[in-house]
Amino acid sequence: MTRKIPVVPCSGIGKSLGAAAREAAYVLTEDLRPDITQIVALARLVLGDEEAKREVAGSQAIAIDGCKLGCAAKSLASCGASNVHEVAVLDVVRRHRGLKPEGVCDLNEDGLKLARAAAQEAAKIADDIEAETGHA
Amino acid sequence: MPDLPRKKVGLISCSGEELPEGTVTRRAVREVLETLRPDDTVTLCLPLFLAGGEGERAFARHYPTISVDGCDKRCAALATEKYSAKPAVSIVVTGIAEGCGCGKIGTARRLNAEGLRLAGEVAGKIVEETDRLLKKKPKNAVRKTDRERP
Repeated sequence: MTRKIPVVPCSGIGKSLGAAAREAAYVLTEDLRPDITQIVALARLVLGDEEAKREVAGSQAIAIDGCKLGCAAKSLASCGASNVHEVAVLDVVRRHRGLKPEGVCDLNEDGLKLARAAAQEAAKIADDIEAETGHA
Repeated sequence: MPDLPRKKVGLISCSGEELPEGTVTRRAVREVLETLRPDDTVTLCLPLFLAGGEGERAFARHYPTISVDGCDKRCAALATEKYSAKPAVSIVVTGIAEGCGCGKIGTARRLNAEGLRLAGEVAGKIVEETDRLLKKKPKNAVRKTDRERP
């Protein structure tokens, strides 16, 4: 079975950008590229769960981070991903200056738009990985 | 007397993105932080333990914490203990779900009405444990002496 590209979103619980990162991961893996991507929970990587490490080790992976601390990207690197491609929601929002994301559990309309924009950037990365490797 | 910092309880949710129970942890913790006990709680970001959040680690070493996990892997509880200190309380959503007879709770992306109800139950449990850790009397509790007073 071909491995899907691991996608790890920020688990940030304090800010709207973290929530947008999480939503972007769902848009990517459920709506845009369900056949080639799958979410791996960040908490499992933080803990060092062996099964989660096997899912990312040696793979190219996509991190979707909510702030400049880049927890998802750092966690993927520490768990042995061969190449970590980061989508920084903070940068995405700078490219879409009109958006004013709000909410954490329930993102407002702008938050959902931001999540979709971040997911579309991540989908391009997933396509590039797919084209380069034939599989993740 | 020096002006000591107010004692608060740190809440750490697993936020597990793969399971609806992870979304329940997130919603429950936010409900406590925003609505139920905003003056008594703070949230700690679990991934920051690994990414080098010294503030997160220090808080959990010196203040009581409650970990809220979606499943029995207990990533939040175990990671907190690994990087900082053992949580004072460990709550697991699947255990509470069994107790309150919840049915299907929706998806990780969108909880349904049962999922929201479960999040409310978990939030109630967090409040109960927060009050216990801070030695607060439960709100709405009426003291016997008050009841007997004419």
